[in-house]
Amino acid sequence: MAYSGWRIIREALTGNTGWAPVWRDPDPKPAYDIVIIGGGGHGLATAYYLAREHGLTNVAVLEKGYLGGGNVGRNTTIVRANYFLPGNSEFYSHSLKLWEGLERELNYNVMHSQRGLINLFHSDGQRDAFVRRGNAMINQGDDAILLDREGVRRHLPYLAFDNARFPIHGGLYHPRGGTARHDAVAWGYARAADRRGVDLVQNCEVTGIDVEGGRVTGVQTTRGAIRAKKVAIVAAGRSSQVAAMAGLRLPVESHVLQAFVTEGLKPVIDHVVSFGMGHFYISQSDKGGLVFGGDLDFYASYAARGNLPMVEHVMEAAMTLMPAIGKAKVLRSWGGIMDMTPDGSPIIDKTGIEGLYLDCGWCYGGFKAVPASGFALAHLVAQDRPHESAAAFRLDRFRTGRGLMDEEGTGAQHNLH
Amino acid sequence: MRLPCPHCGVRDRREFTYQGAALARPDSPDWGEAWDDYLHNRDNPAGETRDLWYHDPCGTWLVVTRDTVSHAVHGAAPAAEGGA
Ligand SMILES: Cc1cc2nc3c(=O)[nH]c(=O)nc-3n(C[C@H](O)[C@H](O)[C@H](O)COP(=O)(O)OP(=O)(O)OC[C@H]3O[C@@H](n4cnc5c(N)ncnc54)[C@H](O)[C@@H]3O)c2cc1C
Ligand SMILES: [Zn+2]
Repeated sequence: MAYSGWRIIREALTGNTGWAPVWRDPDPKPAYDIVIIGGGGHGLATAYYLAREHGLTNVAVLEKGYLGGGNVGRNTTIVRANYFLPGNSEFYSHSLKLWEGLERELNYNVMHSQRGLINLFHSDGQRDAFVRRGNAMINQGDDAILLDREGVRRHLPYLAFDNARFPIHGGLYHPRGGTARHDAVAWGYARAADRRGVDLVQNCEVTGIDVEGGRVTGVQTTRGAIRAKKVAIVAAGRSSQVAAMAGLRLPVESHVLQAFVTEGLKPVIDHVVSFGMGHFYISQSDKGGLVFGGDLDFYASYAARGNLPMVEHVMEAAMTLMPAIGKAKVLRSWGGIMDMTPDGSPIIDKTGIEGLYLDCGWCYGGFKAVPASGFALAHLVAQDRPHESAAAFRLDRFRTGRGLMDEEGTGAQHNLH
Repeated sequence: MRLPCPHCGVRDRREFTYQGAALARPDSPDWGEAWDDYLHNRDNPAGETRDLWYHDPCGTWLVVTRDTVSHAVHGAAPAAEGGA
C-alpha cells in the first residue's frame, strides 16, 4: 500500500479500517544468501540498499527483540554533516544527501526536519576552531555560516548571552542540519526492505556464527540454525558479543550515553543548539518535548541507564545556557549502549573470516549515519570491496596507525572519546 | 555509583577517573600484535569486568571488579598490589 495524503483522507472517511500491517512477520527460512545480524537503523538500511542497489533480496535481518528497539529508537535524532576529517567528512556529507531524498524514496514520512544546527562558541580559541571546521564543511560542499553574537541572537534570542563565565561570542550555523523521527527511520527502511522481499525476522537472537575453513557458513539462533553465504554483524552496542561468536576481538568498548525529555511545551526552540562550554545540546520534538543530552558517563556499561553525575552536569549546563528551561519539568531520562572505538570513528569492513562483514563503532553519532552506512555496507557485502564514501572506515587502522580519524584530537585511546 | 577505595572508604563516582580494562602490559617494548591488543582490542564483557580507576583525592590506581550490566560493584584493590 502506497502512502499519500489522499490515502489518509480516504481512511479518515472510512473509519481507518483499510490500514494493513506494514511488514510481514516471517519465520526464518533454512538458508539465505545474506544474513544481517541486528534490526536497528543500520541493519535495516543495509537490507534495503542490498535489495534496491544490488538486486539482492534473498536476505534476512535477524533481530533479537523487535525492529527499532535498540539505539535507533532511543537517540536524540540529530542529523548533520559537520565533520572535519577526511574520511568522516565525505561519508557524513553523503549521508545527509541520502537523508534529503529519503522520504520520497521510501514513501515514508521520517519527519526529517532541516531546522538548522548552531554550535555555540564562547572564546576566541573556540571561534578559531569553528572557523576551521566551517571551512572544512564548505570544502566538502556542505553549508556552514559563521554567526557573530548578534547573528546568534537573531536566531536564539532566549539564550543567556551575558553569562559571566561563558558569554556567547557566536556560533557555527549549519542550516541543513536538523532532526528526524527515530522510529520512523527504522520503520521506513523496514517497510521498504520488506516490500522488496527481505525477510525481517524478529525475536530471533543470534547465538553463534558458523565458520568452516576460514569461511562463514551460517548462524545459530534461538529460532534454529540458518545457513548463509554472507553474514554482516550490525549489532551496535552488542558488537563485541556477536563478533566474539566468530572468535573476533574488536577495538570496541561499550559505554552508556544518556538523554532527557521534558513535558510537551508550545514551540519554543526551533533549531538544534549545542553549548560550547559543557556537554549539552537540545532540540524540540514535534510533540513539544525538549529533547536534550550530554556526554558519555565515561565507563564501560551495558546497563542502558546512567548515573547522576552526568545528569547533574547536563542540567547545570542547560541552566547556564538557557535559564528559562528551569521552568520545564523533565519527564524521562534513559540511556543507550554505545559502541565506542579508540578514535571515536566507525568501522565498515571485512573481517579476517571470508564472507563475514562488520559495521560498528558508531559511538554516539550513528543515527545520522544510518542511510550512508546501510548504503556502504550493502556495497561492501554485495561487491566485496568498500564503497568510496566509507573506504576510510577500516578495521586495521588502529594496528597500523594509518588513517585514524580522531575528530576531537585527543588521541586514539578508549577512555578519551 | 560509588566505589570502595581501600584507603578512603566508599566514595562517590565523581572522585574517580576511569581508565578502562585492567590488562597486563606486554613485556616486549617493540610494537606488534601484543601492543595493538593491549591498547585497542577489548573483551568488552557484558557482565563481570575488571577495570582501572584512579582515585583523585588519594592518588591511588585501583582495580575495580564490577558488573557492566547491573552496575553492581564487587570490590576494589590497589593496582600496585596486583588488584582485586
Ligand atoms: C541517548 C542517545 C542519543 C543519541 N543521539 C544521537 C544523535 O543525536 N545523532 C546521532 O547521529 N546519533 C545519536 N545516537 C547514536 C545512535 O543512536 C547509534 O549510533 C545508532 O542508532 C546505532 O546503530 P543502530 O541503529 O543500528 O543500533 P541499534 O538500534 O541498537 O541496532 C542494533 C540491533 O542489534 C540487535 N542485536 C544485538 N545483538 C543481537 C543478536 N545477538 N542477535 C540479533 N540481534 C541482535 C539489537 O537488539 C538492536 O536492535 C544516540 C544514542 C543514544 C543512546
Ligand atoms: Zn582513595
